[in-house]
Amino acid sequence: MLQVGLTHFLTLSAILFSLGVYGVVTRKNAVMVLMGIELILNSANINFIAFARFGNFGYSGQIAALFVIILAAAEAAIALAIVLNIYKTFANVNVDEIDHLKD
Amino acid sequence: MANLYQSLELIRPEIILSIALLVLVTCDLIFHKNKKYIPYIALGGLLLTGIFVIANSGASGFAFIQSELMGKIGLLAIDNFGTYFKALIIITSILIVFFSFSSEEIQKITDRIGEYYALIFGMILGMFFIVSSVDLILIYLSLELMSLSSYVLAGFTKLRDRNSEAALKYLIFGAISSGLMLFGISLVYGLTGSTNLYVINMMLQSPNANLFTLAFANILIFAGIGYKISSAPFHFWTPDVYEGAPITITAYLSVASKAAGFALLIRFIKTTYVSFVDPVGNWQLLPVFDWKSVLIVISILTMTLGNFSALWQNNLKRMLAFSSIAHAGYLLLGLVVFSNGGMLAILIYFAIYLLMNLGAFLIVMLIANKTGSEDIDDYNGLGHSSPYIGIAMVIFLISLTGLPPTAGFIGKLYLFIALVDAKMITVAIIALLNSVVSLYYYVRVVKHMYLVKPEKEAPAVIPNLSDKILLTVLVAPVLLLGVYFQPLVDWAKSSLEVLGLM
Repeated sequence: MLQVGLTHFLTLSAILFSLGVYGVVTRKNAVMVLMGIELILNSANINFIAFARFGNFGYSGQIAALFVIILAAAEAAIALAIVLNIYKTFANVNVDEIDHLKD
Repeated sequence: MANLYQSLELIRPEIILSIALLVLVTCDLIFHKNKKYIPYIALGGLLLTGIFVIANSGASGFAFIQSELMGKIGLLAIDNFGTYFKALIIITSILIVFFSFSSEEIQKITDRIGEYYALIFGMILGMFFIVSSVDLILIYLSLELMSLSSYVLAGFTKLRDRNSEAALKYLIFGAISSGLMLFGISLVYGLTGSTNLYVINMMLQSPNANLFTLAFANILIFAGIGYKISSAPFHFWTPDVYEGAPITITAYLSVASKAAGFALLIRFIKTTYVSFVDPVGNWQLLPVFDWKSVLIVISILTMTLGNFSALWQNNLKRMLAFSSIAHAGYLLLGLVVFSNGGMLAILIYFAIYLLMNLGAFLIVMLIANKTGSEDIDDYNGLGHSSPYIGIAMVIFLISLTGLPPTAGFIGKLYLFIALVDAKMITVAIIALLNSVVSLYYYVRVVKHMYLVKPEKEAPAVIPNLSDKILLTVLVAPVLLLGVYFQPLVDWAKSSLEVLGLM
C-alpha cells in the first residue's frame, strides 16, 4: 500500500506554489492575480503543516498556518476593496491596461 | 505570570500606540460631526509613544519568552538597536502629521481624517513590531500589518485616477513578495524545525540542512524584505506608487517603511547568519549562504538602476522615488561590509536620510499645493520668486547628493570609511561614481529653479508661518549635522547592540 509521506505533501505544495506563480505572471485580471497569490499562501500552509506533522516539531507549524489563513482573509478583503475602487475609476480590472503612471 | 508582566513592561511603547489607535477610532466615531481635533489626538498619541520609546532606551531583554532553550528566548528582542529605529519612525510619524496639516490633498478629505490617522497608526504598530521581532512568523505578521495599512493609504485620497492605480500596484507587488517570503519561511521552518531566529542560528552552526534549499529559502525571504526597502529586483513598484500616492504617504513610505525594512534586514542577517562578532567588530558569517556576494551585487544594481533611471524624470515625485531607490543601494553597502562600522554607517545615514528626504518631499508638497503639479517645468524661476523655498531646496538636494557642508556628506563619509576599512575599494569607487551621476539630476532641479526663465510669471509660493517653521526644523539639522555630528554618532554608537550576540 502506498504510504503518504512528507515527500508527497512537499510535491503538492511545490506544484501549488508553481501554479500560483504562473497565475500571477500570466493572468491579466486583477482578481485572477489575487487568486494566484492565495495559491502561494496556501502552498506555504501545506509546507508548515506537513513539516510540523512529519518533523515532530510540535504544533508551531499548525499555529503558523492558522495565522496565515487569517491574514490571507484580511488581505483578500483589502485587495478586493482596492480592486473595486479600480473598477469604479477605470471601468476594468486588467492590470496591464492600468498603466497611466509611466515615464 | 512574572514573565508576562516583564514582557508587558518591555513593550510599553507598543501598548501606548495600540491604546492611542483605539482612542483615535473611538473619537472618530463619537465626534463624527466635527473632526477638527482628530489630528491633535494623533499627535498627542505619537508624542506619548515617543516619550515611552525614549524611556525604554537602555532597556534590553526578550519579551514573551517562548523556550528555555539556550537561555531564554522570546518573540521580541528589545534592545538599543530597535529603540534607535523606533525613535526614527516616531520622529518621521510626527513630522508626517505636520505635513498632513498643510497638505492640500489631505485637507480635501477631512471627513475621513480619522481613518487616515488610524491607518497610519496601524502602520506604525506594524513597524514597531518589525524592528524588534525575532520570530519569523511574527516578522511576517507585522510586515503584513504594516503593508495592509499602507496599501489602503496609497490610494486613500481617491482624488485622481493615479491614487487608485498606485494602490493597486502597491497591493499586487506587495502581496506577491510577501507570499514568496512566506514560502521561504515555511522552507526554513522545515529545515530547522523552528521559526525563532536564535534557534535557527543554533541549528545552522552545525549544518546538516540542505544548503541549496536554504539558499532558495533565503532568496525568497529577501524578496519580502527587498520589496520593503525597494532594492533592485523588487523595486518596480516604487516609482509608480510614489508618484501616485498622496505626497504625505509617499514621504512616509520612503522613510519610515524603509527604516523598518532595513532594521528587519540587519536583525535577520545578524541574528541568523552571524556566528560571532570578533573584537574588531567584524561579523563572521556562517558558511551556509554567501550573503556577502548576493548583497554586493544587489546593492550595486540598486544604486545604479536608481541613479540612471532618475536622470530622465520630469516629475519631481518620480525623481525622488528613483533617488530613494539609489539611497537604498547606498544603505545596503553599509550592510555588505558585515562589521559594526558598517552598521554604524547605516544608522547614521538613515537619520540623515530621514531629514533630507522628508525636507525635499515637503518642498515638493508646498509647491504642488500652489501649482497642482510636480512637473519640473513648474519649478522654473521659483528660486527668485520664493527665495526661502529655493534656498531650502538647494540645501536638501546638495545633502542628498552628499556634498559638504551638509549632513548628507557625513552620512556618505561614514559609509565610505566602512567600505575602505573592509578593503572593498572597487565597490567604494562604484558608489562614488554613482554619487557623481546623482549630482546631475539633483542639480538639474536647482538649474530649473534659478537659471531657467519661466514662460509665464511663476506664482510665488509663499509658505505660511507654520510651513516656514516646519521647513526650518528640517533645514537646520541638515546644516548643523554637517559640521557638528558628534551627538548623532554617539547616539548611533550606543545603538549598535543587537540582543543575544556577543
